[in-house]
Amino acid sequence: MSEMRLEDKLGTAWRKPHFIKNPTLRLGLIAGFIAYMIAAVLTIEVDWGRVYEGLDRGAAFVLAFTSPDFVSRASDIWEGLFESIVMTVAASVVGIAISIPIGLGAARNIAPLPVYVVCRGIVAISRALQEIIVAILLVAIFGFGPLAGFLTLSFATIGFLSKLLAEDIEAMDRVQAEAIKASGARWTQWINYGVQPQVMPRLVGLSMYRIDINFRESAILGLVGAGGIGATLNTAFDRYEYDTAAAILLLIIGIVMALEYLSGVIRARVQ
Amino acid sequence: MLQLKKLTKTYKTGDQALKAIDLEVPKGQVLALIGPSGAGKSTMIRCINRLVEPSSGEVLLDGVDLARLGSGALRKARREMGMIFQEYALVERLTVMENVLSGRLGFVGFWRSFLRKYPQPDVDEAFRLLDRVGLLHMADKRADELSGGQRQRVGICRALIQNPKLLLVDEPTASLDPKTSRQIMRLITELCRERGLAAIINIHDVALAQMFVPRVVGLRFGEIVFDGPPTGLTSEKLTEIYGEEDWEATIEKVDDSDDIEAAE
Repeated sequence: MSEMRLEDKLGTAWRKPHFIKNPTLRLGLIAGFIAYMIAAVLTIEVDWGRVYEGLDRGAAFVLAFTSPDFVSRASDIWEGLFESIVMTVAASVVGIAISIPIGLGAARNIAPLPVYVVCRGIVAISRALQEIIVAILLVAIFGFGPLAGFLTLSFATIGFLSKLLAEDIEAMDRVQAEAIKASGARWTQWINYGVQPQVMPRLVGLSMYRIDINFRESAILGLVGAGGIGATLNTAFDRYEYDTAAAILLLIIGIVMALEYLSGVIRARVQ
Repeated sequence: MLQLKKLTKTYKTGDQALKAIDLEVPKGQVLALIGPSGAGKSTMIRCINRLVEPSSGEVLLDGVDLARLGSGALRKARREMGMIFQEYALVERLTVMENVLSGRLGFVGFWRSFLRKYPQPDVDEAFRLLDRVGLLHMADKRADELSGGQRQRVGICRALIQNPKLLLVDEPTASLDPKTSRQIMRLITELCRERGLAAIINIHDVALAQMFVPRVVGLRFGEIVFDGPPTGLTSEKLTEIYGEEDWEATIEKVDDSDDIEAAE
């Protein structure tokens, strides 16, 4: 290595080294990216005639929000909403309860290798399968209705919560847990004293977030026959009853916002 | 009481942290372990209670080889050894009282500890210890509300409530200011004397070690290169442990003149 001399450096400009050192590669990547963007935009086919016709329907839909109709399908709406809420609460409770042991098992720093592999496998499967696909399968098995929706949401909750819980456990302060172990605590006591206090706020926060997601998903799952408010919404669309659909969407937005606010309050409390 | 025989630790990376350490600590003796960072001090005390698994050798506590115990027996053996940590290692979101009582976890069943229903003698002892270190009024505060010196006092209570035979102390003063460091060292050595406890104290600060302990062991590259009274730590010895440096200022007898310190 050649000696770096101060005299040679003084007066020369200093710039942050580039992330990709090779200039040909760097410029090539930038040019490639721009070319791809242009090509991608060019391949989008837009039938402007169809868009022009659709504007009317879009306008009718948007205008419906100015006069949402909560009344004419009131009983359908409340029934759907009630079903969605039951589905959400039940799926969240069951999903969270199952996620906790799987999350513990999926954290490399506290679980032995075989347990870790199995739990990570469960998480991977749950995350790989999209809710809609699972719902279609479960509707095929259990028939139309909220049972399929409940099972789908529970299954999706496991993948989501276990993974994030495991990651939080892996990022915990090792020494705090070590101190509990050094006192001669059993494994269960070690988890209760050394691990749980460290991950509790995040677990509560994630659970609240997941309840929120489950409610929104329950609206979608109705489209494939898995019950809930989504089924009512789907029917409203099929009948071109945009004012009823608008009423349902407004209710969903209202409930999601209320849940969002509630989870914020709870998270601030447990910190 | 504690005897290390040919204790060796080789990490997976191939680093030999401890090279056949032989050491004997009699009952009630407080010993300071000094040496540069990476000399194996922390590894050595963690090998004693097996937070780190020793590669070979024996760790005899009253004649029982801890290195060969199964997990149940190891748990019981760990109750005999209290540990005090660098950076305190309190569980920050638990209260001071829960942290102190967690030292009893090895003695109570899961449900008792889960419901925080500790036997009354344990609770009384926790109050007594907190009072002894001047933190009784903090019992229901959360650990992360305390200052560094206060946290370390809670750490000391947690170790002592185990009623151990031996204290393993890992850099107790590394994150404290000089005055608090002395108070903590004085508290630890006083409590050891009161209870006839043996202790191994890892410490960076040579002058502080000289002030408070009767025996110093110097570790370098995983080997013991000094074992004797603090007065034996000459310039040459310190050079042998730490490497070339001007040691005169360090070994100059530190005046303990600021003994008039508030209890808190």
